[in-house]
Amino acid sequence: MSTKKRLAVSKTYKLYLGGKFPRTESGRYYELKGRKDTLLANVSRASRKDFRNAVVAARKAWSGWAATTACLRGQILYRVAEMLEGRAGQFEEELRAQGATPVAARKEVTASVDLFVHYAGWSDKYQSLFSSVNPVATPHFNFSMPESTGVVAAVAPEGSGLLGLSSVVAPILVGGNTSVILASHARPLCAITLAEVLNSSDVPGGTVNILTGLRDELLPQFAEHMDVNALLVCSDEAGETRLAQERAAENVKRVIPHADAPLAESPYHILDLQEIKTTWHPVGV
Amino acid sequence: MPEGQKEGAAGAKPKSARAKSADGAGKSRYDFVEGDRYAPAPESSDHVSLRDSYQLFIGGEWVRAPRRIETINPATGEVLAEVGEAGPRMVDRAVAAARQAYEKTWSEMPGRERGKYLFRLARLIQERAREFAVVETMDGGKPIRESRDIDLPLVAAHFFYYAGWADKLDYAFPGRRARPLGVVGQVIPWNFPLLMAAWKLAPALACGNTVVLKPAETTPLTALKLAELIEEAGFPPGVVNVITGAGKTGQNLVRHPDVDKVAFTGSTAVGKLIQKDLAGTGRRFTLELGGKAANIIFDDAPVNQAVEGIVNGIFFNQGHVCCAGSRLFVQEGIADTVVRKLKRRMETLVLGDPLDKNTDVGAINSQEQLERIRVLVDSGREEGARCWQSGQKLPRKGFWFKPTIFTECAQSHGIVQKEIFGPVLAIQTFRTPEEAVEKANNTPYGLSGGVWTDKGSKIFKITSQIRAGVLWANTFNKFDPASPFGGYKESGIGREGGLQGLAPYVELR
Amino acid sequence: MSAPDPSFPDLRTLSTIDQVGVEERARRFQARSIKKESKLSALKLAVTMLDVTTLEGKDSPGKVKQMCVKAMRPLPGDPGIGPAAAVCVYPRLVRVAREAVGRSGVRVASVATGFPSGQSRLKERLSEIRYAVGAGADEIDMVISRGKLLHGEFRSIFDEIVRCKEACGEAHLKVILETGELQTYDTVRIASEIAMAAGADFIKTSTGKVQPAATLPVTLVMLEAIQDYHDRTGRMVGMKPAGGISEAKTAIHYLVMLKETLGRAWLTNEWFRFGVSSLTNDLLMQIRKQQTGRYQSADYFTKD
Repeated sequence: MSTKKRLAVSKTYKLYLGGKFPRTESGRYYELKGRKDTLLANVSRASRKDFRNAVVAARKAWSGWAATTACLRGQILYRVAEMLEGRAGQFEEELRAQGATPVAARKEVTASVDLFVHYAGWSDKYQSLFSSVNPVATPHFNFSMPESTGVVAAVAPEGSGLLGLSSVVAPILVGGNTSVILASHARPLCAITLAEVLNSSDVPGGTVNILTGLRDELLPQFAEHMDVNALLVCSDEAGETRLAQERAAENVKRVIPHADAPLAESPYHILDLQEIKTTWHPVGV
Repeated sequence: MPEGQKEGAAGAKPKSARAKSADGAGKSRYDFVEGDRYAPAPESSDHVSLRDSYQLFIGGEWVRAPRRIETINPATGEVLAEVGEAGPRMVDRAVAAARQAYEKTWSEMPGRERGKYLFRLARLIQERAREFAVVETMDGGKPIRESRDIDLPLVAAHFFYYAGWADKLDYAFPGRRARPLGVVGQVIPWNFPLLMAAWKLAPALACGNTVVLKPAETTPLTALKLAELIEEAGFPPGVVNVITGAGKTGQNLVRHPDVDKVAFTGSTAVGKLIQKDLAGTGRRFTLELGGKAANIIFDDAPVNQAVEGIVNGIFFNQGHVCCAGSRLFVQEGIADTVVRKLKRRMETLVLGDPLDKNTDVGAINSQEQLERIRVLVDSGREEGARCWQSGQKLPRKGFWFKPTIFTECAQSHGIVQKEIFGPVLAIQTFRTPEEAVEKANNTPYGLSGGVWTDKGSKIFKITSQIRAGVLWANTFNKFDPASPFGGYKESGIGREGGLQGLAPYVELR
Repeated sequence: MSAPDPSFPDLRTLSTIDQVGVEERARRFQARSIKKESKLSALKLAVTMLDVTTLEGKDSPGKVKQMCVKAMRPLPGDPGIGPAAAVCVYPRLVRVAREAVGRSGVRVASVATGFPSGQSRLKERLSEIRYAVGAGADEIDMVISRGKLLHGEFRSIFDEIVRCKEACGEAHLKVILETGELQTYDTVRIASEIAMAAGADFIKTSTGKVQPAATLPVTLVMLEAIQDYHDRTGRMVGMKPAGGISEAKTAIHYLVMLKETLGRAWLTNEWFRFGVSSLTNDLLMQIRKQQTGRYQSADYFTKD
């Protein structure tokens, strides 16, 4: 990062909120230490108010993103992959700084790029896969198709800073949802860099919002917020899942629990965050 | 025919001398022209077998629960039968029976064979459909025309539909293998007692699960009679268990640790409790909860059919329908016309004996529900909405409520926000499509909605903007086993019916 | 109430009709179960609403005379039944019918205007009306030019009906839309609106020569047109389904639909007719069945 002659310009890691990169309104931070206890970053410790602002941004962005054509959503996700690939070096460096071996870091970055490419391709296909024309017994044309659930809050895997996060963001995003994502506490650096990638990939501001901070502090907020339609939790802590599910009941939030690991590529992860709408129409002259 | 019917004639009197029927003076109240209603046309009930007392159906046997509850006919207040109230030990026993059946027979049985049991059950239901319709009407108060022409045909069709899926699950989930979940606990409501049993049982059984079903306290009889048919169809013992009781029984079933999946249809309040109860257990659940559907009439709608759709939307089954079109939005240019026509149509609804084949509006399901409707309607009056009720006379015995509409409603009125679950419609007007969509979506619910317009492109635009699971365009309250049903937001989680209705009952590998 | 000065209706204000919805509604009337006193009084009402009709090439004065006797006294020995509303014949037989029904109260209706196709020139159609009225017809059942209607020449249809109404003088005008040729309920609705605005006293579904003739849904569409017209203008217009109604049960479905759509004011033969050639005896048999409790045989009912 540094050369002999000049002082390196190091990066300030902030939140990604409504298409902007603000510091937490609370002014709080936590120290992220690297090898030999060097300070990697003062990471923003997002507050419930930051989360609230993020949900407002996500709700505002949702109608536009949900109405974006499937084809364009696919192009944008592919663009994310392009940008990610272009910044591969930076991501690898961050992953290494947070403890990954060079091989593992390279592998994680390429897997993340490929994952975005994979989901980019689903943008205009999962609808056909999960839709149906239903042969009802009355003179009606009846069909069912998936629609985005709305605003999704997600707690990304703790153990995987980039791939884990990408595997959560991509299926939410491609399905027309907007989201607020809590990044890994221990591996937050790639999250903000991924936010920069999203920001430069025509993902509209507010569509994905990324927070860094403490799970204990934010998970209850994620679960309780009445304007969040679904909650995806990657956790191996039974207590966390339980808390999320319990608090989510107040607005019948959909809770999708996962293990604390990257989600395997699957259109069923897209479907988890869709609602099926069935429409009836008479057939006559 | 009630008084308001004269409205259409605007004072014109029947005056042709030649039209006078020969009966002369002293005409019966049932006279086709002069009378105020049609002669009684009761559905015969002499072929119905109903016992005085029913036991719980557990592990293929009829087990007596010591505590008894009575179920009454809401149209008369008379006791129809007594049923058992399953306590915790009975719930244990039922779940254990289901577990044993799951492990020993049902999950191991080839899908093709499971399907044949369901086909056989569908046939038995068809054969005894009329009897079941009569019992449904006696126990729940719904018009026989509905139980006979809607509920029962759909019940049989539902079993028929899912019977066919039993050996085709490998085709339902691309790239995945579907495995049954195990023991399913199902708690169903009183508004469509047998139909909800079918909606719950058919997909669960087709997918290889075994079931403990708890019907509602006020309407247990058809589920128990269905258990008799299941016995008659030769299902292995324990595959289906039917336990009766009130909320506590349901709660014990839902909370039972050996239940792998819960399926519930009922109020949003109870649904939330179930969701909390199941938190952290890893047990799956689907919920079909309340609704407050918007029925939107644009000024280019087929008005006369729209009026019919409004009536069907809110007065079907006395409005005891979670997807009822309880909020009406009329574009202002045709609002007066629609309300005038609606009132006139409401006067022609025949209210009374649910067993009468001409009855359009039956009895309110219970005293408790009647009270709830009254309280909400009173609050609507107090809040300043204008109340109008049709002129039918209410029977003296039993629980009844007149078809009711409110005009001059505001979005903030309780009658606009709360689910009334009765024959009560809140009417609002709108000017622009954006306004209609915004108000339609301005609710925590999202089960269903209606859109009426002659313009196809407008239909697709508006239906795609309404956040609800079932959208009826130029029709309302249509159901079919092939058509998925279920809500967005606080109206529930998951779908029942169709291909999508299989997912809640399988684990994908 | 007489017709206001005819003015061409504003067709833009007409609501469209959803086929599935209207047919579903019509089926609901069929689900009504009309029993006992309600049934008997409905059957008797139906008899008084009959336009007993013969419109065949082989019609003879003798046949018409017999038909008139039946119309006046449908059930010999029971003066409480009937009489029918009218007899309906070709113009050439109006005089015979007029003489036969005398002062019984049974009216004489005549088809006119190039029945059943309506394909002759307006001048000839008008002269046919005048001829029938001159021969003693109380009512004229005219056909419209369906070709013009389907071609969108609404104004021309309107003008023709206005001219026919003038030619009728005191006689009532029933306008036959021949709904079986109109393809859609929307067209039926437009035709109904034009006919009423042009001064029709009745609108009528069919000639009986084209299939389908009267159906419940198409009649419902016309009843709703009558209702909307009445709401707007205050003028009552009559309805006559014709053709294909040969069972008492079907007739009762029509009456239920009439009662629940337009209300009791329309439940007289001043505002509703059945155009039939073979319904009478089934009504009579069902009346007997209601009165005696026995199912009847056709051998006991006169075929005139």
